[in-house]
Amino acid sequence: MKKEQQLDLYYQMVLIRRLEERGAELYQAGKIGGFMHLYIGQEAVSTGLIAAREPRDRVITAYRDHGVALNCGISANEVMAELLGKATGMSKGKGGSMHMADTSKNMWGGHAIVGGHLPIATGFAIGDQYAGNDNITICMFGDGATNIGYFHEALNLAKTWGLRVLWVCENNQYGMGTAVGRASAVTEIRRKADGYGMKNGQVDGMDVTKVYEAAKEALDYVRKEGQPYLLEIDTYRFRGHSMGDPERYRKAEEVKKWQENDPIGIFNKQLLDKKVATKKALDEIEARAEEEIVKAVEFAEASPEPAMEELYSDIYAD
Amino acid sequence: MAKITMREAISQALMEEKDRDPAVFIMGEEVGVWGGTYAVTKGFYDKYGAMRVKDTPIAENAIIGGAIGAAMVGQRPVAELMTINFGFSAMDYIVNQAPKLHYMFGGQFTLPMVIRAVGGGGRQLGATHSQTPDAIFAHFPGLKVVSPGTPEDAKGLLKSAIRSNDPILFIEHATMYQVRGEVPEGEYTIPIGKSKVQRAGKYVTIVTYCKGLELSMKAADELAKQGIEVEVVDLRTLRPLDMEPIIESFKKTNRAVVVEEGWKSYGVGSEIVSRIYEEAFDYVDAPIIRVAQKEVPLPYNRTLEQAALPQVADITAAVKEALQ
Repeated sequence: MKKEQQLDLYYQMVLIRRLEERGAELYQAGKIGGFMHLYIGQEAVSTGLIAAREPRDRVITAYRDHGVALNCGISANEVMAELLGKATGMSKGKGGSMHMADTSKNMWGGHAIVGGHLPIATGFAIGDQYAGNDNITICMFGDGATNIGYFHEALNLAKTWGLRVLWVCENNQYGMGTAVGRASAVTEIRRKADGYGMKNGQVDGMDVTKVYEAAKEALDYVRKEGQPYLLEIDTYRFRGHSMGDPERYRKAEEVKKWQENDPIGIFNKQLLDKKVATKKALDEIEARAEEEIVKAVEFAEASPEPAMEELYSDIYAD
Repeated sequence: MAKITMREAISQALMEEKDRDPAVFIMGEEVGVWGGTYAVTKGFYDKYGAMRVKDTPIAENAIIGGAIGAAMVGQRPVAELMTINFGFSAMDYIVNQAPKLHYMFGGQFTLPMVIRAVGGGGRQLGATHSQTPDAIFAHFPGLKVVSPGTPEDAKGLLKSAIRSNDPILFIEHATMYQVRGEVPEGEYTIPIGKSKVQRAGKYVTIVTYCKGLELSMKAADELAKQGIEVEVVDLRTLRPLDMEPIIESFKKTNRAVVVEEGWKSYGVGSEIVSRIYEEAFDYVDAPIIRVAQKEVPLPYNRTLEQAALPQVADITAAVKEALQ
């Protein structure tokens, strides 16, 4: 990776962290409603992954989607506005935290039924295969989604029909509050792909450079071979499953141990050690991210509520 | 006008639309090499090839979820459920995804897709393969539910459904593929969301659709011999529901019978009766009667099964009751 790209990835990771820290405050203040799932601790996963795609590659993910949205190039203003349910959000305030999408950026959501978006991802790839192009669909999901039927139907069809899907399992060790080993017969998730004769790999999700490299390799394989690939990315969420999680299922020491491997801290150190950037330069990047989020909150708070007519718009296209 | 079967009508609609628009493809269980379990897509595989007539695994979530994804990125899939009962395996996609995605993402993309599903009882397939659960699907805003009762309507409505940019559930009846009817020569479509008077009359309005239409038309013939001319209004589309021809007819007859094959409780008839009371209460001269399936899981035994399903005699009796 070139220096500029590395610094851009650092910026994106800090931007996600700051957006969600402010988001949590706004949630506590009652300005964001519904369910909100924070990505804090997992920033290196989507940042490294999305950086490896071509702009024509489609991205679809689950409900922990704020970071993915920013990585795909959706502005912090629009993400914050959607969180606040404002008319200036990408989905005019009708989707909310779990349904971030901007198809012009090839970000296809934000889907909140666990595993439900996997067959839809297969469908994107069916559409692209039918159109005769070599676009790839990158489908992200949690470890919890690999125990539900959708996963098996989607992977089976993708391999049977030779579809260009990069399946990305973000293994953050828990499906809500249930540890992987308590819910999945196989804890090394990548091995589930073996059952479909599908090539697979695994990478440390706390190191953005490693994620980027593994994703590049996987995407090259999918594009060239016209076959799906399952990449397991091991990571950890530092916050609860969603806002208001009492976290009775894990010990504070465990969280603390993972937090010592903060993906932003690791990348910060790498950039300094390899002399890609000075501390001053990284401090400036952090300040820039902070400023963008302050502006995004101002933008979202000043934005109008959706008009009442929106209640009845977009139910049908015809 | 040519007289063709329901099967031919549906088959012609699929073929004409595939020939017209290369984005249209078919996917489902046994739609290709087998030719469709009801032979609707017989010959398609040889004509169009595996890419445009996709044989899927027996995996309804992959079929309907896959169709949703392909539609979102600009194709026009026609996904087939071998029976509507298998739709329950893909319920999340039919009622919780397809009807919501356009709205929830602020209209960023459309879902131009059709789910063809075969429903209905009367073939001794037992309780899990014989249901008429149309009302369940019609409950959800964002989905359109079409269920024709004649070959002419089946062809014209399916062609409209394939051209529509909305997700549409197109319900056919397992016992009606051999039903013959006149179909216009050449190209035509029929708009979705329009009810139609299929037989003019004056004493009682029968409101029905799909299999209920076949039964109601027979009942109307019998009643006519006894001097009772009934008007038969065919819903054709369950959602969006077009009440106008029904209300217009009811204001003339002041009496109505609603005929459906599904269960009476929480059914299509319940909705129609409520709407008549809401929209034409001052015109009501007699209680509106519902003819529907008995409230039991359908049994295998032929006699018992027929006893549970609505019959022509049930309709003629209901009309006479409405006239008292």
